[in-house]
Amino acid sequence: MVPTLFIVSIIAFVVIQLPPGDFLASLISSSSETIDQSQIDALRERYGLDEPVYIQYWKWISGIIVNGDFGDSFEWNRPVSELIWERLGLTVFISIITLTFIWIVAIPIGIFSAVKKYTLGDYIVTVIGFIGLAVPNFLLALILMYISFRYFGQSVGGLFSPEYIDAKWSLNRVIDLLQHLWLPVIILGTAGTAALIRVMRANLLDELSKLYVEAARARGLSELKLLFKYPVRVALNPLVSAIAWVFPALISGSAITSIVLNLQTTGPLLYRSLQSQDMYLAGSLILLVSVLTIIGTLVSDILLAWIDPRIQLQ
Amino acid sequence: MTSSSTNSQEDARSIPTDDVLSETRIVLASQWKLIWWKFRKHRLAMFAGLVTLFLYTLAIFAEFFAPYLPQTYSAAHTHLPPPNIHFFKITDDGWRFYPHVNGYKVKVDPESYKRTYVIDKEISYPFGLFVNGEEYSLFGIFTMNMRLIGAKHAGDPVYLFGTDRLGRDVLSRTIYGTRISMSVGLVGVGLSLLLGVILGGISGYYGGFVDNLIQRTIEILRSLPTIPLWMGLSAAIPLTWHPISVYFAITIILSLIGWTSLAREVRGRFLSLKTEDFVIAARLDGVSEIQIIVRHMAPSMTSHIIASVTLAIPGMILAETALSFLGIGLRPPIVSWGVLLQEAQNVRSIATAPWLLFPGIAVVVAVLAMNFLGDGLRDAADPYQT
Repeated sequence: MVPTLFIVSIIAFVVIQLPPGDFLASLISSSSETIDQSQIDALRERYGLDEPVYIQYWKWISGIIVNGDFGDSFEWNRPVSELIWERLGLTVFISIITLTFIWIVAIPIGIFSAVKKYTLGDYIVTVIGFIGLAVPNFLLALILMYISFRYFGQSVGGLFSPEYIDAKWSLNRVIDLLQHLWLPVIILGTAGTAALIRVMRANLLDELSKLYVEAARARGLSELKLLFKYPVRVALNPLVSAIAWVFPALISGSAITSIVLNLQTTGPLLYRSLQSQDMYLAGSLILLVSVLTIIGTLVSDILLAWIDPRIQLQ
Repeated sequence: MTSSSTNSQEDARSIPTDDVLSETRIVLASQWKLIWWKFRKHRLAMFAGLVTLFLYTLAIFAEFFAPYLPQTYSAAHTHLPPPNIHFFKITDDGWRFYPHVNGYKVKVDPESYKRTYVIDKEISYPFGLFVNGEEYSLFGIFTMNMRLIGAKHAGDPVYLFGTDRLGRDVLSRTIYGTRISMSVGLVGVGLSLLLGVILGGISGYYGGFVDNLIQRTIEILRSLPTIPLWMGLSAAIPLTWHPISVYFAITIILSLIGWTSLAREVRGRFLSLKTEDFVIAARLDGVSEIQIIVRHMAPSMTSHIIASVTLAIPGMILAETALSFLGIGLRPPIVSWGVLLQEAQNVRSIATAPWLLFPGIAVVVAVLAMNFLGDGLRDAADPYQT
C-alpha cells in the first residue's frame, strides 16, 4: 500500500515535470497581467525550482501530506485544492453508483445464462456481452446522445440542468443530479456488465458441475433453493475480487465519457489542464485518481476476506 | 496417453476402419497441425480470423482499396451524405447493370445560409471496380493509378460513405485509418511482448526475490487508472514532433502498461513447465539453461503466447482510438480511426453528419474480430487437453 502510493506520487510528479521548460515560463506567457519579479521569485522559492529534482519532489509531496496544499492552478488562478474536491466526490459517487448498477444487472443475467446454458437466451446474452465489450465508451456515449437528440429532440449531457450547475447543494439539486445520472451510468456500466456476466457465468458453471450440487439434487432439494443456497454464493466470491479491476477501469473509463458528456467530474478538468499545461492541477488529479483506485483495490480485498473467510487462513 | 496411442496403432494394423485411421492421423500429427484442427472446429473464430485477415489486407494495400487519397478534398462537396446506390438502370431495352449514384443539387437556406443537399435523379455518376483514379505509389515503389472501386470518370463525386467537413471521402479515410489503427495494435503489442517475455520469463524461471519484485511492480501498474495516466503522458509529447515520432511515442506509452498481462501469462507458463518431466530430464542431461529455455520450453508456450497477444491487440486499438479521439493521441495529418472520430466529437456535428461515426463501426468490427479470434486461439492453444 505505502510503496504503491509512493510510486504513484512519483509518476504524478513526473507528469508534472514532463512539459518542456518550467511552469513559471508558461505562467508568465499565459498570464494577461504582468507579474513582477518579486512574485516570480516567491513562487520559485515556494516550489524549489532552482533546486535539484528530489528537493522539488519533497516540497511538493510534503506540502500535500502536511498541509493539503496541491500547488496553484495557473489557468484558474486558484489553489488546486479548491477546484478538485467536489469533482472528485462526483467521480467517486458516479463510480459507486455504476458499480452497483453493474452488479444488479450482471448477477441475475449471469445466473440465468449459466443455468440456461447453450439456449437461445444464453447466446443472445453472450453476443450482447461481446458487443458491449467491443464498443468504446465514448462511441456509445456519442450514439446515445445522437439518438436522444434525433428522436427525443433533447440534448443530453452534463450532470445538472443549467440552473443548478453553480448552485449550492440542496434537495432540488440532488434530484436534478439523479435525473441526469442514468445516461452516464449506462454508458460506463456497459463494458463492466458484459465482463462480469462472463465471469459470473463461468464461475457458476464451475460450481454447478460439482458433486455437492448433484448430492443436494439427489436428496430432493428444490432447484431454486439448490441454486441459491451454495453455488451462487460461492460463485459471487470472484465477483467481489473483480471490484479490484472493475473500479480502476470505471474511473479510467469515466475520464473519456465525462469529456464527451460534459460531466463535472475529474475527467474534463484533467483534460483541460493537460491542454493548457496547467501541470500542478493535472498532476494532482492523476495522483488523486490513482489513490482512489488503490483504495478501491484495498476495499475489495477487505470485502473479499469478510465474505470468504478462507482467504484469511491462507 | 502413450499406452492408448500404441494400442490404437496396433489396432490400425489389424482392422483398418475409418475411425481408427483418423486416430492414427491424430497420433502422427505435429502439435501445430493439432492446433489448426482444433481451431478449425471453432466456426466463429475462423470467421473472425478471416475478418482480421481482411482488415490487415486493407491496411497493407490501402492505396489500392481506397477510392481517393486521404487528403483529397472537394470544397463543393462538404458534409455530403452517403448517396443512394443503384445497381441497375432502366433503359429502353429493359434493365441494364449499371452501378451508379445519383447526383445532388445544393440548396442554400436563404436565412441561415445552411447548405442542404437534395438528390437529383437526373444526374447519375457511374462507378465500378478496377477503375483509374488519382495516381499513388504503392509502398513507395510502384506508381499506379488503378483502384479497386471508384468513379468511372475521374472527377465525378462518388463518395459512397459521404464526406467530412472539408469534403474528404469518409470511406477512403477509414481505409487509410485501418493502416495506422491496426498497426498501432501490432507495434504496441510487439513492444509489450518483448517486455513481457523478458520480465515474465525472468520472474517465472528464477523465482525468489526477483520474482517478488517484478510481481509487485505488475500489481502496482495494474492498479493505476490507465486512461488518466495515458492522457498525462501523451499530452507531454511536444507539438513540434514529427507525426511518425508521435506515433511511436504513443505506442511506447500504451505498451508501458500493456506488458503486465503478457508477463503474467509467460510467468505462469514458465512455472508450470519448470516441473514438467521433459524439462527435468533435459536439465539432468546437462543441457544449458539457455538451451532449455529456447529449445524445450519456448516451443510449448508459443501457442499460448500467440493467443494472449491476439487478445491484447484490441485493448491497444481501443486505447489509441480513445486518445486520438480526445486530440492528445495521434494528430492529423496522420489518419487513424480515432483521429477521424475526432470530427464527430459533439452532438452538433453528429446531428449534421451521422455518417462521420462510420470509423467507429470499423473500430467495433476490428475489436470484436480480434476478441473472437483470440478466444478461439486460446481454446486451441493446448490441443492435448480435451
